[in-house]
Order: sequence, then C-alpha cells, then structure tokens
Amino acid sequence: MAATTCRLRTLLQSTILLKKSTNSFLKNTSKAISSPGLYRCRSTFTFVPEKAPPSEGETKKMNFFQALTDAMDIALDTDPTTVIFGEDVAFGGVFRCTVGLREKYGKDRVFNTPLSEQGIVGFGIGVAAAGSTAIAEIQFADYIFPAFDQLVNEAAKFRYRSGNLFDCGGLTVRAPCGAVGHGAHYHSQSVESFFAHVPGVKVVIPRSPIQAKGLLLASVRDPNPVVFFEPKILYRQAVEDVPVKDYSLPLSEAEVLEKGSDLTLVGWGTQIHVLREVSKLAKEQLGVSCELIDLRTILPWDKDTVCQSVEKTGRLLIAHEACHTGGFGGEIASTVQDRCFLSLEAPIQRVCGWDTPFPHILEPFYLPDKWRCFEAVKKVISF
Amino acid sequence: MASTTWLLRPLVHRNVAQIARQRWFTCIKTLTRFISSDSTENIFKDKPRYPGAMNCSFTEKLEFVDPMDPQGIIPVYRVMDRQGKIIIDSHDPKLPEGTIVDMYKKMTLLNTMDRILYESQRQGRISFYMTNYGEEATHFGSAAALEMEDLIMGQYREAGVLMWRGFTLADFMNQCYANQHDAGKGRQMPVHYGSKELNFVTISSTLATQMPQASGAAYALKRQGKGNCVMCYFGDGAASEGDAHSAFNFAATLDAPVIFFCRNNGYAISTPTREQYRGDGIACRGRSYGMLAIRVDGNDIFAVYNVTKKAREIAVNENRPVLVEAMTYRIGHHSTSDDSSVYRSLKEVNYWDKEDHPISRLRYYMEDKGWWDQDQEQQWKKEARLQVMQAFADAEKALKPPVKELFLDVYKEFTPHLQEQYKECVDHVAKYPHEYPTELHAKD
Repeated sequence: MAATTCRLRTLLQSTILLKKSTNSFLKNTSKAISSPGLYRCRSTFTFVPEKAPPSEGETKKMNFFQALTDAMDIALDTDPTTVIFGEDVAFGGVFRCTVGLREKYGKDRVFNTPLSEQGIVGFGIGVAAAGSTAIAEIQFADYIFPAFDQLVNEAAKFRYRSGNLFDCGGLTVRAPCGAVGHGAHYHSQSVESFFAHVPGVKVVIPRSPIQAKGLLLASVRDPNPVVFFEPKILYRQAVEDVPVKDYSLPLSEAEVLEKGSDLTLVGWGTQIHVLREVSKLAKEQLGVSCELIDLRTILPWDKDTVCQSVEKTGRLLIAHEACHTGGFGGEIASTVQDRCFLSLEAPIQRVCGWDTPFPHILEPFYLPDKWRCFEAVKKVISF
Repeated sequence: MASTTWLLRPLVHRNVAQIARQRWFTCIKTLTRFISSDSTENIFKDKPRYPGAMNCSFTEKLEFVDPMDPQGIIPVYRVMDRQGKIIIDSHDPKLPEGTIVDMYKKMTLLNTMDRILYESQRQGRISFYMTNYGEEATHFGSAAALEMEDLIMGQYREAGVLMWRGFTLADFMNQCYANQHDAGKGRQMPVHYGSKELNFVTISSTLATQMPQASGAAYALKRQGKGNCVMCYFGDGAASEGDAHSAFNFAATLDAPVIFFCRNNGYAISTPTREQYRGDGIACRGRSYGMLAIRVDGNDIFAVYNVTKKAREIAVNENRPVLVEAMTYRIGHHSTSDDSSVYRSLKEVNYWDKEDHPISRLRYYMEDKGWWDQDQEQQWKKEARLQVMQAFADAEKALKPPVKELFLDVYKEFTPHLQEQYKECVDHVAKYPHEYPTELHAKD
C-alpha cells in the first residue's frame, strides 16, 4: 500500500507539472497570437460580399459552409433518393457542412463511411449507377488521390464505355481545397488540373456562398459526375445574403464580375478575391481597367466568354494557387493564344503557385498573392 | 497582450489547485474501496472495455492467432462428387429436367462460342478474347439462383451469367466485333459486355473497381426497397486490390445486400495463388470484415446453386453482405495475349480438363437420370456449332459504328467543345479519305 501511495504521489506531481507546462504554453500562445509569428494565418485577400438580384427573392445571411448545407438540405428534400456520405459527415463534418442533416433526414441518408477514399468514390458510383443520387465527401482535396482510379477510369468513363446503357451521372464528389494559411502539403492543395485532363467528369469551383449553393445544386442535378471543390478558407470567412429558395447556377459558364477594357483577369475560387483587389490596385495606381472573370467550371470550361474578353482587352492574366507547370492556366493560355492570336498585344501572364509542394511556414511566399499579380499587371501593361 | 495574460493567470492557478484537490479525493476514494472490499474480483477481473473490440475477453496466455490452425481452415461445400453422384440426397436442389438440360446446353454453347472466338482471334479477325474454360459451373450455377432484377457487376470472365439471362450469341459477337449493332457502340475491347435489360453492368478492364461500386449499388437497392441484391463477381487476383478491401468493409459496415462471389481459379495471369496471398484463400477474409462467408466447389453446379440461393436469401432478408469463394481452375490461357504453358504444366491443366470438369460432371448427373445420351450430345454439338457460326458470320459482315460515336456519351449532352472536335475530325477525314477505313463504318 505504501508503494501505491508513492505511485499516487508521483502521479499527482506529474499532473501539477503538466498543468504548469500548460500554463506556460498558454502564455506563449497568447503571445504568439498577437505577434507577427502567425502572420501566415491571416488571409491574403478580403472577401467582398455580393448582392443577389432582388428577383431571387428572400435571402438569409449565410457563410460559405452554411450555403453548402442549405444546398444539400434542398437536394435531400427534393430528391428522396439522395444520400450524403463520407468520413465524419454524420456529426456535421469536420468543416460543419452537413450539420443537422442527419437529424432531419435520417441516418440511412446521411452517414459515415469507413476511412477509405477509393471506397467512398466507388460506393458513390454504385449508388448513382443504381439510379440514386450520391453526394460523396472527400475530407480534403489532398486526399482525393486514392480515389483517382475510381474517378478517372470509372466515373468519367461509365457512360461512354457502356454505350450509354449505364451511367453514374447522379454522383457529386465534394472536397475542400486550396490554401488555408497553415495547411502545408496535405491540407492546401488545389488539384483541379489533374481532373481537367479527364473527359467525362465536370470540375466546379465556387467563389462565394451564393455561388456555392447555386453551383452545388446544379452539380448534384447535372446528369454527369461532378467533382466539386470548395475553397476551405472561405467556409467561415465568406458571408453573404444567400437566396433561401431552390436555385441553380449554370455549369460551364464563366461569369464576368467586372467589366474592363485594358486587361482580362481570369481566376477561380479564392483567387477571384485576390484578383478583385488586384483590379482595384491597377485602377488606383496604374489607371488600368481590368475585366475580371470567374471561370467557375474548370471542365468543360467556357472558352467563349474568356476569348471574347481577350479579343476586347488584348491582354490576359491568369492566376491560380496550384503550381505553374501543368496547371489549368496553361490550358487557358494556349487556347486563347490559338483563338485570339491577332488580338493579343502582350504575352499571356500566368501567376501561379511555384512548382514545389505546398509549403508550411513559407506559404506567404508561395501564394500568387495580390502583389505578385500586381507586378504581372505592370509587366503586361508596359510590354 | 498583457491583459490576456492577466486574465489567464488566475484561471490557470485556480485550475491547478482544483485539479490537485480532485485527484487527491479520487485517490482516497479508490483506496478506501480497495481496502474495504472483500473480493478484488470486480476491479481486476473485469471484461475489457475498449471500444474497438467490445466482445473480447482478457487472457493471461501469450498466444498469437495462427492462420494455419486446422480448426480455422474453411472446407469446400459440395453436393455431387466428380462422377456426378449426389452425396447427400437432401442437398440435391432437385431442379427440373428442363432447367438442367437448359443449363447444360448453355454451358456447352458457351464452350463452343469460346472455341470459335478464340480461334477467330488467332486468325486476327477479332483483336482479343478471354475464354471461360473450367469456370462454366460458377457462372450458370450462380446465375440460376438469382432473380432477374438482381444487379450483376462482374469482372470479365462471367459470360455464362449473361448467357443464362438471355444475352444472345449475336449480342456477344457484335460486342467482340465492335460493329454498329454492339450495344456498347464498339468503344471497348472484346468481352467487355453489358446489358441494361438483363441488369448486367458493363464490364471494365480495371480490376476490382466494380467491388465498392457493388456495395454502393446494393445500398441504393436496399433503400429503394425492391427486395433485390447485387451480385459482384471477381477473381482471386482482383481480391488483392485495395478496392476489394474497401468494398468488403463498406458493405459490412453499411449493411449492403451484396453477394461477393470470388472465382478462385488458382491463377492471376501467371501468378499462382501462393504468390497472391498467405491466408486461407479469400473466404477466410469474410470473418475479418464481419461478413458471412462460405467456400464452395466451383466445379459442382448444384453446390454453387445452393450456396448462391442461400446467400441471396441472407443478403436480401437480413440486409447484409455474404462472401462466396468458389474454388475452380482456369483451364484456358488467361487471354489470347497469354501462353499459360510458360508458367504451368500441361499435366496440371489436363487433370482439370479431363478428370474434374464442371461440364462433364453435370453430364454424368444427367446421364444417370437418363436425361441425356451420346446421340443428343452429338446432335447438340452440331447444332451449337451451327448457331455460333451463323452469329459469327453476321457479326463479321456488319459495318462498324459511325465516326460520330467517338464523340458521343462522353457527357450526357453533346458539349460544344466535343461538337467542335467532331467537326474537326470529320473535316480532316474528308480531306484524307484514303488514309482512314471509312468504308468499314456506317455513315454518320
């Protein structure tokens, strides 16, 4: 018994020690929060809310993840075959996108799967092939690669290879993507260009809550498999008055957000907000009028809107977070070069992530932020 | 910053003191209980409470689970012996004469088709072929035990299942010849069959990818409430893919009515099973996923029938997956691109072809019953050959699909960018008409 008491004493002491170290940790953290050490956690852009046209009816303040939940709520409500599944979606998801849906629609419609991405997408293809609607979640776009085979060889080719006897058009795969300040290699990637090379899937990336809801509903109802990437840094940061009604936004249609005459800026997802600031900087500091285009759908992409714009402005800057080589910017640049050769007055600029893995502490130097884009604007204007 | 620290300090100090007090009280409480209790059993001989394995108990023996323990080796269920004699009468499914003769005829018809298409590939008339030699009983025995509305997802060596459901010789040939009558529009390699009416999902070359899809489809069928299941065929080699693992695990955890039917034929191309796995085949994996599992003699059509029928019942009525491992032998080469004599002996192949073949086993049974004889055999052989040759000639004569089919069905809609590429292709071919086999294809 003496020994037990002795052990207990040690245990107690270690608990106190632990508490002490927690104390000092807290002190340090509180210091860190207000010091420039966590500069990297600050976003490199400002989200500017947009207004939905009054014709869209009643609106409600929602952030990006709430707009997605709202879209999924409508998808579950309007189509009784719809099911939502993935890792940890049952309790609401690690990003809160599916909060409340299980309680509302039942555990057979919103459920957790085992931890296996190839299983999730394969399962989703099966659900869709049997005629139901499947909304699968991959926890981070970085972890979509185990399902690459199922998406590229199966989902994308299902209709084609069967001569339209079978299809998995009811499948939508959602995945959070993009930089988040401190996500490093495996919580930051933008993987859209891997899928841009895959005939048969559609690839969609929204920029805001209004867009997220409309594009997700369109993706869920599109008769083709869709990979839907959600810029995770916007989940909480982006807040807008989102129409409460059931509405869809068209796929494969880019949107001209700002009219301009000197230079076309093309981007998608978070990068749109960076480019919006670049456009403002260009106006204020250089007197340059930029036309800002959100591509929205990566595949099949809206060539006409981009090319029409470049024919007018004669200059093009494309910016994306994903690394430069093999990025989707290359596809846009070569198409525009082919179609608008006589209109181009300067080489097409691509401002992208560097050709490195996505870094941790060096993120501020990696991202194609507004200053790198602004520099490219100067270059293309003075060419 | 200063204010934050100032706020935190009393909080932390109070916590330490509080925690210390709480710990001290708990310790005293436990100690008192320890001293005052008569027996220590309740505290020390408790059941394990780990959430990861709730039904286990403690042991004081340091003992590893041995996969070679004969107790755990799964036996092969059979109904008839190699001479077609029923071993236990109550296990004879007692299928009517008509059904059995039909089964036999279709097994031999498949066999005849295999021979002719195999030869036609050797002559360069079709690009590729895979025979079904030795595995006919697994196809027909299992297919006969299913309902037509049960969805089938196969690998590629299950042509007999389609034939049982009503896929015609013309359907098989049109696909292999990739002509304009092929339901798949000539887009896939030969033997990648599919049929919407027959609920047989189009085959793809990627191994095991259909397995998690089968789990998903079964889940959807369960929710649709039609009382059907999914039958998922795969080989012993495909079972090594990651998709097989996720399929089993998803089906079990999500209570999907799916039958996983493994054709364990001893080889994956040249790789024998001893290089494929070290466990007791595939069936033993069922237990590890919490799935019912059974091993069956794949050359015994009645055993396969009984097992599939029972498995279907369990899947549909209890909404749970079942794993069936049918032991058989791949008598033919893996495909027309393979020469199996390089990695296995002719003697081995001959044993299965001559001594233990699913077709001859059923024939013994039928002859015993007086349902079949040498004359009928000769006559049917002739007729089957004639039927196959007729379909073969028709399929060979038919035109190939129009060029437009290259661009359709990528998406449901004919997207603008594909329309553009289609036009580019047509314009180009029009400029170089003699460089392309346009005369073989139907006009757009």
